[in-house]
Amino acid sequence: MTQTTFGFITAVLAAAVEAGTPILYAALGEILTERAGILNLSVEGTMLVGAVSGFLATVATGNLAAGILGAAIAGGIIAAIHAFLSVTLKVNQVVSGLSLSMFATGVSGYLGKPIIGVAAPVSFKSIPIPGLSKIPVLGPMFFNHNLLVYGSYVLVAFLWYFVYKTRPGLHMRSVGESPRTADSLGINVSFVQYTYTIIGGALSGIAGAYLSLAYAPSWIEQMTAGRGWIAIALVIFAVWNPLRAMIGAYLFGGIEALGFRIQVVGATISPIVLKMMPYIFTIAVLIITTARSASYKNEAPQALGVPYERE
Amino acid sequence: MSEPTATCEKKDTVPGRSFRIRIEKRLETPAWWNAVTPVISIALALLFGAIFLKLTGYSPITVYKIMFKDTFGTRYGITETLVKASPLLLSAVGVSMAFRMQLWNIGGEGQIYMGALAASWVALTFTGLPKYIMVPAMMIAAAAAGGIWAFLGSAPRAIWGVNEILTTLMLNYVAIFWVEYFVYGPWRDPTAFLFPLSPVFPKAAWLPTFGNTRIHWGLIFGIIAALGVGLLLSRTKWGYEIRVIGENPSAARYSGMNISRNIILVMLLSGAISGIAGMCEVSGIIHRLQAQVSTGYGYTAIIIAFLAKLHPIGIIIVSLLFGGLLVAGYSVQIYGIPADIATMLQGSLLFFVLGVEALAQYRIRVIRN
Repeated sequence: MTQTTFGFITAVLAAAVEAGTPILYAALGEILTERAGILNLSVEGTMLVGAVSGFLATVATGNLAAGILGAAIAGGIIAAIHAFLSVTLKVNQVVSGLSLSMFATGVSGYLGKPIIGVAAPVSFKSIPIPGLSKIPVLGPMFFNHNLLVYGSYVLVAFLWYFVYKTRPGLHMRSVGESPRTADSLGINVSFVQYTYTIIGGALSGIAGAYLSLAYAPSWIEQMTAGRGWIAIALVIFAVWNPLRAMIGAYLFGGIEALGFRIQVVGATISPIVLKMMPYIFTIAVLIITTARSASYKNEAPQALGVPYERE
Repeated sequence: MSEPTATCEKKDTVPGRSFRIRIEKRLETPAWWNAVTPVISIALALLFGAIFLKLTGYSPITVYKIMFKDTFGTRYGITETLVKASPLLLSAVGVSMAFRMQLWNIGGEGQIYMGALAASWVALTFTGLPKYIMVPAMMIAAAAAGGIWAFLGSAPRAIWGVNEILTTLMLNYVAIFWVEYFVYGPWRDPTAFLFPLSPVFPKAAWLPTFGNTRIHWGLIFGIIAALGVGLLLSRTKWGYEIRVIGENPSAARYSGMNISRNIILVMLLSGAISGIAGMCEVSGIIHRLQAQVSTGYGYTAIIIAFLAKLHPIGIIIVSLLFGGLLVAGYSVQIYGIPADIATMLQGSLLFFVLGVEALAQYRIRVIRN
C-alpha cells in the first residue's frame, strides 16, 4: 500500500466519524423514543430547529455550552408537542410526526433568516487527545475530534448500559413492548413515553447544533439535508441498539465522506451523482436489514406507534 | 375506545360543591363538531402564529392584514393563488390515493422532480413536434417518470416489507440531484451565463394559460385528477379494493385481494399524478428546467391530503387555501418577514386539527348530586 493511499484511507475514516456524529446523536435519541413505543418522524425538522437555536444561543451568549443547551431545549419542545399529540391525544403518530417536521422546518427557516451567512463567533474545534491521537489510523479516526464527538462516545456507552442493564431502561423497553403489561406492573406509561420522547427530541436538537456549531460551522437553510431521515433509517439498521447505531452512523458518515474525497483523487464521476450515494445507500441498507435480518422483527418494539389506551 | 361510558379522568367531588365534573369519551362525535373543527383549528393556528410573530418583534395584526390583502385583495394575488394551488392540488391528489391504502407515499416531491425532468427531456429532444402531440407526449413522459419513481420507492415494501416512508423520502433527494445533474451538466444553456438552467423549451411545449394570467392548464388537470380519483375510489371495484386494503388489510388478504400488486399499481398512479404536477411547473410556468422545480410542494401536499381527510373536494379547497398561504408568505417578505411563516402556519394547522379532533372525542359533564 502506498503512502498516499494509506493517508487517503485514514482521512476518509476520520471524516466518517465526523460526518457520522450528527446522525448518531439523532439516532440515539430516536432509539430511546421508539424503545418507549413512540414513533417520532419529526427528527429532520427537529434537527433544523436545534441547528438554528444552537447557533442563535451561541451568538447571543458567545458560549458553546449555552448553544448546546439551547438546541437541546428547542429540540425537547418540538418533541413535547409530538408527545402531547401522540401520548395524551393519541393521534396517528405518522401524521403528527410529518406535520411537526414540516412545522419545525418552517420555524428554522423563519428564525434563521437573519443569521444566513453569519459566521459562528465560536465553534467546536478538534482537540487531539494526547498519546491516543498518535496511534496510526485509529488515532486520527477516533481521537482527533471536537468535544461533541467525544461526548457521543460516552453517550453510546452510557445508553447501551442504560437500555440493557438498568431498571429505568427495562421500564422503558417494557413500555415499548407491551404498555398494558407495564401499566399493570405499576409503571406510569404516559410519563415514560413523555420522558423519552422529549429526551429523544433534545438529542436531535444537539445533532442539529453539531452541524451549525462544529461541522459547518454556520447556519444554512435545510442544512440537515435528510440526515434526520437517515437517522430514523439507522435506528432500524441498528435494531434499536445504541452500539450498532454507532457502527451504522460511521458507515453512513463514511459514504458521505467518500463522496467528498473521491474527487480529490481524480475520479471522473460527477460530484452531483456522488451526492446521491448516502440516500441510495440508505435504501439499500433498509432493504438488506428488513429482508434478511430476523433480529429486526424480534427487536422492534412491539407496540411502536400504537397509541396506548387504558381499559 | 370500546367502552362508551369509560371515564377517562375523574375529578371527584370538589369540596364544598354539590356537583362533579367528569371528562368522558363520547359515543360518537356530533356532526357540529366536524363542522367547527376547521374553524377552531385555523383560529388556533393563526393565534399560534401571532404569538410567534409577536415574540420575534412583528405586529401580528399588521402582518396578517398584509397577508390577507395581498392574497385575496388583488387580482394578482388571486391568480397567483391559483398558480400555486395547481401543483399542490395535483400532488395532494397523488399522495392521497396512496394514503387511502395506508401507504405512506412521502415521495411526492421527488416524483414532481422526475416528472419535470422527463417532460423537459421530451421538450428538449423532440423540438419539432406540434403542440397537440408535444403536450400529451410530455404528460405521458412525466406520468411515467413519476410513476416509476414511486414504484422504486414502494417495490421494496411490496416485496420485502421495507418501510416505504423512508424509501420514498430518500428518493426525493436523489431526484433533486438528478435534476441538478442535468441543469448543471448536459442540458445547461450556454447562453444563460452561469445560471443552472436548461434552454427554453420550444413554444409547442408551453402549456396554454388562461388569458393574460399565469394560470395554466395544470389547474384543470388538478381538478380532473381530484374528481377522477374520487370517482375511482368511490365507484369502481378497484377503488373498493383499495379502500378495503387500507381499512382492513387482513380482511382484504382473506378475501383474496392481492396486496402487493395493489401497492405497486396504486403507487404507480399516485406517482404519475405528482409527475404531471412537475411537468406543469416546467411547461406551464418557467418553460425550461431549473434546479429548483418545486419549493416543497410534494411535502405540503401531504399536509393538504390529511387536512382534507383524503376527500377530493376537500383537497381542492385546502389546496386553494394553502396556495393562498404561500402567496401570502411571499408577500410579507418585502417587509422583512421570512416567507417561512407560511410553512409554519401550514404545519401547525395540521397538528391543531389533530388536536381539536382528538379533543372532540371527549366531553365535559357536570353531574349534580
